[in-house]
Amino acid sequence: MATVTFVVDGEPRRAVAGSSVAAALLNAGIWRVRDAVDGAPRAPLCGMGICYECRVTIDGEAHRRACLVPVAEGMIIRTSGGSSE
Amino acid sequence: MTASIEEADIAIVGAGPAGIAAAACAAESGARVVVVDESPAVGGQIWRPRLGRPPRGAARRWLERLERSGAVVRTGASVVDTYRDDRGLVLRVEAQGGLVELRAHRLLLATGARERFLPFPGWTLPRVVGIGGVQALLKAGMIVRGERAVIAGSGPLLLPVAASLRAAGAHVAFVAEQASPRHVAAFALGLWRRPAALVDAMRYRAGFAGTPYRAGWWAREALGDDVVQRVVLTDGRRTRTVQCDLLCTGYGLVPNLELPRLMGCAIERGAVVVDEAQRTSVPDVWCAGEPTGIGGVDLALLEGQVAGLCAVDRLDEARRFFAPRARLRHMAGAMERAFALRDELRALAAPETIVCRCEDVPARAFDAAWSPRQAKLYTRAGMGPCQGRVCGPALGFLYGWPADVVRTPIAPARLCSLQRAPDPSPLHPP
Repeated sequence: MATVTFVVDGEPRRAVAGSSVAAALLNAGIWRVRDAVDGAPRAPLCGMGICYECRVTIDGEAHRRACLVPVAEGMIIRTSGGSSE
Repeated sequence: MTASIEEADIAIVGAGPAGIAAAACAAESGARVVVVDESPAVGGQIWRPRLGRPPRGAARRWLERLERSGAVVRTGASVVDTYRDDRGLVLRVEAQGGLVELRAHRLLLATGARERFLPFPGWTLPRVVGIGGVQALLKAGMIVRGERAVIAGSGPLLLPVAASLRAAGAHVAFVAEQASPRHVAAFALGLWRRPAALVDAMRYRAGFAGTPYRAGWWAREALGDDVVQRVVLTDGRRTRTVQCDLLCTGYGLVPNLELPRLMGCAIERGAVVVDEAQRTSVPDVWCAGEPTGIGGVDLALLEGQVAGLCAVDRLDEARRFFAPRARLRHMAGAMERAFALRDELRALAAPETIVCRCEDVPARAFDAAWSPRQAKLYTRAGMGPCQGRVCGPALGFLYGWPADVVRTPIAPARLCSLQRAPDPSPLHPP
């Protein structure tokens, strides 16, 4: 299957084209998708746009639900747990 | 930002089986139908397309019929608000290109369902996911090959999801169904009366050989250092600790009622009240599928067809679906009783266990004597981005609290989406 290259917190990553951003992050071993209020790591829970646990900044737009967005070539993703924050 | 305007005879919210069936039936009668759904693709949860594989069976047939019907489908489109003026109903929809005001004479709500999550120690750890959630993530490309998975929850989804995980190369180490073996057995026997369901059940069991399935067991605690590593399971007397890289949990489904509540539809026992034509208590508003009561894909298709036909005033043609609809509703009731949640699950959360994941509100912050509104005001529970979609049903189960009032916007929205378009009156020249 065709792959795309995207960037997470400054690091280039690859994913199968058409994967959701949430699946692509999990496959890349990025489990700290969001920092909770108390600083604990959080990651996708519901997979269907309900829980907002997977929200990330995609191409400069904050609070996108990673599970509802297909990953695309050149996409720039920032997690709230990422070092570039 | 100015909203663009789209007009329809019938607007349908939700492109799962109910919305698809309703849209096809209504559009085949010549009505202009517009369907909106927040997912990137049509199909809802159950017919969510699997990455790289075309849809099969009933999903393919219905998707083809939808396409032929001429109904317009807008994916990636979230309804944030609704109102009514002298020209009809308006849905305010956030889409990729900006805000759309979808104007319609009639509205059909097919908003589907979500999983019910119950809080237990460790459930906020990364890689603790929903049971339907992992199914959705697998279809969206999640790789689980070689991983150890545990499923702990309740309902008919456990077996098919175990089969999906195994097919994707995971080792399913344990499947814990909280309902008692007696209840599950009674339900399984009931399936004999419905051959299609039996064939499904057999297929899942075949994909399932060698996986320990225990009814009357549940997850007491998830443990791990920044990611789930093991889970403690119990039947109330014994415990077992199982290593895992992935814990899938979920306690049945709850209807998505935010939009029906906002519109003022009558709701009883957690479901939208509809008449034989799937009409709600609000004029010009129909409802079909899981919001009228959890019943599964076959019932959603029947209700969708009835609603779609009735919304174009073809009640007589809808009548042939009434008897099968009644049978499936009866079966849904049996399923609800079989998988009723046990009392022990109310005691799982420790005082420091997070209940509201958005605002980090621990169980000790709640007083059972409160109303949900008090809980919101005193603790901020339900005030985060998910707006109580996760903690609301959990608090309802823990304390018997009813759902709180729904206010607009029903989902986090951009500020510009909240501003209503100015009236095109002489005072406001374009």
